[in-house]
Amino acid sequence: MSADFYYTIEVIINGLMTGVLYSLVALGFVLIFKASGVFNYAQGVMALFAALTLVGLQNGQIPFAPLINSIFGTNLSTFGWTLPTVVAIVLALGVMVLFAYLVERYILRYLVGQDPVILFMATIGLAYFMEGFGDLMWGADIKKLDVGLPQGGNVWLESATEGWAEGFYGFYIDNLDIWATFIAVVLVIGLMVFSQYTKTGRALRAVADDNQAAMSVGISLRAIWVIVWSLAGFVALVAGTMWGAKSGVQFSLSLIALKALPVLMLGGFTSIPGAIVGGMIIGVGEKLFEYSIGPMIGGATENWFAYVLALLFLVFRPQGLFGEKIIERV
Amino acid sequence: MFYREAGDFKTSYAADSQTFPIRLDRYGYYTTLAIAFLFVPLVISDYWANALLLPFLIWAIASLGLNILSGYCGQISLGTGGFMAVGAYSSYKLMTAFPDLNLFIVILLSGVITAAVGVLFGLPSLRIKGFYLAVATLAAQFFLVWLFNKVPWFYNYSASGQISVPTRSVFGYEVTGAEANSEAKYLFILVIVVLLAYIARNLTRGRIGRSWMAIRDMDIAAEIIGVNPLLTKLTAFAISSFYIGIAGALFFSVYLGAVEVGEAFGIQKSFLVQFMIIIGGLGSIFGSFIGAAFMVMMPVLLKNIMVGQLGWATDIAAHFELVIIGGLIILFLILEPHGLAQLWRLTKEKLRLWPFPH
Amino acid sequence: MKLSKLALVAAAAITAASPILAGELVFPSLSYRTGPYAANGTPVADGFADYFTLLNERDGGIGGVMTKVIECETGYSTEKGVECYESTKGEGSLVYMPLSTGITYQLIPKVTADDIPMLTTGYGRTSAANGAVFSNVFNFPANYWQGASVAVNHILDQENGDIKGKTIALLYHNSAYGKEPIRTLEALAEKHGFDLTLLPVDHPGQEQKSQWLQIRRERPDYVVMWGWGVMNQVAIQEAANIKFPMDKFIGIWWSGSENDVIPAGAAADGYKALTFHAVGTDFPVFEDIQKYVVDAGKAAGTGENVGTVLYNRGMYGAMLAAEAAKVAQKMHGVAEITPSQMRDGLENLVMNDEIAAAIGFGGFGPNFEVSCANHGGPGLAAVQQWDAANQKWNLITDFMAPDMDVIQPLIDEDSAAYAAENNITPRDCN
Repeated sequence: MSADFYYTIEVIINGLMTGVLYSLVALGFVLIFKASGVFNYAQGVMALFAALTLVGLQNGQIPFAPLINSIFGTNLSTFGWTLPTVVAIVLALGVMVLFAYLVERYILRYLVGQDPVILFMATIGLAYFMEGFGDLMWGADIKKLDVGLPQGGNVWLESATEGWAEGFYGFYIDNLDIWATFIAVVLVIGLMVFSQYTKTGRALRAVADDNQAAMSVGISLRAIWVIVWSLAGFVALVAGTMWGAKSGVQFSLSLIALKALPVLMLGGFTSIPGAIVGGMIIGVGEKLFEYSIGPMIGGATENWFAYVLALLFLVFRPQGLFGEKIIERV
Repeated sequence: MFYREAGDFKTSYAADSQTFPIRLDRYGYYTTLAIAFLFVPLVISDYWANALLLPFLIWAIASLGLNILSGYCGQISLGTGGFMAVGAYSSYKLMTAFPDLNLFIVILLSGVITAAVGVLFGLPSLRIKGFYLAVATLAAQFFLVWLFNKVPWFYNYSASGQISVPTRSVFGYEVTGAEANSEAKYLFILVIVVLLAYIARNLTRGRIGRSWMAIRDMDIAAEIIGVNPLLTKLTAFAISSFYIGIAGALFFSVYLGAVEVGEAFGIQKSFLVQFMIIIGGLGSIFGSFIGAAFMVMMPVLLKNIMVGQLGWATDIAAHFELVIIGGLIILFLILEPHGLAQLWRLTKEKLRLWPFPH
Repeated sequence: MKLSKLALVAAAAITAASPILAGELVFPSLSYRTGPYAANGTPVADGFADYFTLLNERDGGIGGVMTKVIECETGYSTEKGVECYESTKGEGSLVYMPLSTGITYQLIPKVTADDIPMLTTGYGRTSAANGAVFSNVFNFPANYWQGASVAVNHILDQENGDIKGKTIALLYHNSAYGKEPIRTLEALAEKHGFDLTLLPVDHPGQEQKSQWLQIRRERPDYVVMWGWGVMNQVAIQEAANIKFPMDKFIGIWWSGSENDVIPAGAAADGYKALTFHAVGTDFPVFEDIQKYVVDAGKAAGTGENVGTVLYNRGMYGAMLAAEAAKVAQKMHGVAEITPSQMRDGLENLVMNDEIAAAIGFGGFGPNFEVSCANHGGPGLAAVQQWDAANQKWNLITDFMAPDMDVIQPLIDEDSAAYAAENNITPRDCN
């Protein structure tokens, strides 16, 4: 086996792992879309906000410090304590649940039964709001996020496989990616178990299936929406933490939503396994294309190739790989 | 009391189906046009032109274009930025390759080229529907931006890939370049806007517009009654891209003067235009204008109030700007989910009856 | 229409409400404290504002005239940049420093038409160094092509002057900014016989796995980076992950702030970046900043970022503008100078040890002179290295000269093309 062969394998493995990271973002979209038919444009900003909150709590930052300072002329910045990671995560989760409640209470409640495009637009408004609000609350500087996940190439794997071929330096896999994959798998299994075997989960599926019918058997649509948005907030927190650990927590974190779009479309808006499989296909596809064809046409192809790949799949399966079959009636 | 049909008698079908059936509306429209053409050029300053009016008019063209596709024909598109880039780079190549070509023709041709590209990327719409269609246009968005960034021929092999507009004049007045004065730029764009809005209005209420709406409301049903989906969807893509291409060409040549594709025509522009038409009102010509006005002028207004008037720090003001715009969008939605145009329509309905609502 | 009309009326009221105040030297600051590059824009804007506050508090302005900084938020967007330019140019703005390559390109013809100077310290259009063509644009003390050359010179020093057959990879932000050094590096590759690998990273640069896997595979001897924003943090993290030797990883000056290295923690130790001014706070001017600005509660930020790389850069830019204003005042014999006179001041600016020491900047930046033909200065730059244990940058070289034999023809060629495209007859600079 030549080095090229192993390198190709390496690219594929890394593509799979990157794909899982994309899926983490896509999952949040799927959860909300499935239960309420809302395409949540704010998902990326939610990931940013969740990560900002986590870091802010960890470091004991005073919320709205710049605002308070400029109004009262004080010079506040931190409380002076740091919270253990676990406590901070739980508190950040609490903030996301509160956020979900507020979204339902002040926005969705008034828009029940409206067109999807109107709900989509409400999430645009929400995204604008959250972006400004997050910056006001925690400041716009880059924050280092450390939740104790290991980073860097896996040394064991690298040394074990080094020298398999002439000029091959061993497989390189980022420890963080391994963790992310593990967490994503746990998350997906958890979500599946939750929706299959718990009462709330069944209610969720019932609402997704037919919300009129679900309401008529006594399921509270509002409660379900709060739960779904809380779940999406939780997924956003996980995604924000993973991506934040790679690049520091900052505004650009909200742009990862763009990487989730082709994944969503490929996998189907309504399928949780679709998000994972879609993510992997996109991840492998774009990395392999960049590796093999990229150098010939100037590189930086990943952004558009992801969409072209999704497009190719959609031409053959217009509802996405795992999406529900679209049945059209006149 | 004043705003009503009573006493406004129509004696022909043409009069009955005119755009503004109510007299006051008609006069309002003529007055607006008169002010826009005759009064505004007298008082316009560089700030007004470059910071507010030019972007407003150009985005209004882009919104018109997208509204034809999304609002009238029901096809979602997130490729507006990419199509604007096609318009901009076409105009650049045309202007540098044929220095003597009249600017009107350059802009028109840029629109035509964009229309062709738009049709190409519209082809998947025959198979893919709804939100999923966004993927085709997103592919266009990212691919086109990459292409213009990567192939040096498009930017005439300049070192950094920026394109800068050469100076061109229309009827002896410079319209592009730094020396062009604001009145000339403004009037040049205004003429195009008025023309395009007029065409859009008449297209959308003619046969072709009706077939677009039939496809939008239920494509299978439309097919059964004899609307050709291939032709209808592709004409929508072509005409929409034509408008967007013109907007892109003007955005580059008259408004900014120098652009870099990734920054000026990135995905955020696609979203921006999408926001404009949703906020303004899908399927409404007037909505395209208010949507553009809202998204262009609201931030400037808020900034001027908070920074200029209240003297807040610029960063806090910028963050508040986002919070306020987001809050306003949500508030408008809760008050009137179908966009600002619908709000306006309802106000007019109420006005008709005022002050005797019963 | 109702709403937009209302907006117009309100906006009119506001723009009309700020009359030009006599007796002030106005320095607009087109900053960005929001958007994807907020973390980089904020310290620069703070440094810029604080220096003018210092001048007002300590010296009573420049030459007896108070200074005023008008800050305008661009969010790094070209359109907002236009709005900012148009809204501030009527206020008597003396010099524009837009802090963005996109806005710079946009403003070059505009400032020339309005006869207002523009100073782009370490960014903008490189060929603007040719003052004969770009009469109103200045890009001293250094530009990207000079930066690329200094980076290669540093590599030459490391390799004892011979880099034939070595490979240098350029990891760049796939935009106008990132593409700037390519031509220079290609010319230098030809001259010195090294191989150049180009690795573009698309905005925003959150995902660079492909690029770094390629670097790991091909093992270039050096990686030079033209990054900005989140791309820097991710690149440094990824370099640490694949254990790329950090001392062979050199960033341009916009890839070398504390923001870029701190998220990677200890792994970033040894990372190098170029700079065209000194680092740290060991200069007399910082005592004054502390005393007159920070302690007096007049700092633009919290005062925490004083002495960081980007803060220093903002302050350095402000100092150059202020010094040019002094030159202009002297040349024209008036205290309240006009933008046009400010342009003359910039064109005749001289920075030497004596002048720098007098204002507390001794040894802070290189010495240079601006002239009619050369608006770019000699392009001296130094290399700084990150010390993760002490969380600080250290200068590890002197200010080095770039290889102008290679760069000057490129500048002449590019500016000539610009002149031809825009019908500009180059000024006679003799």
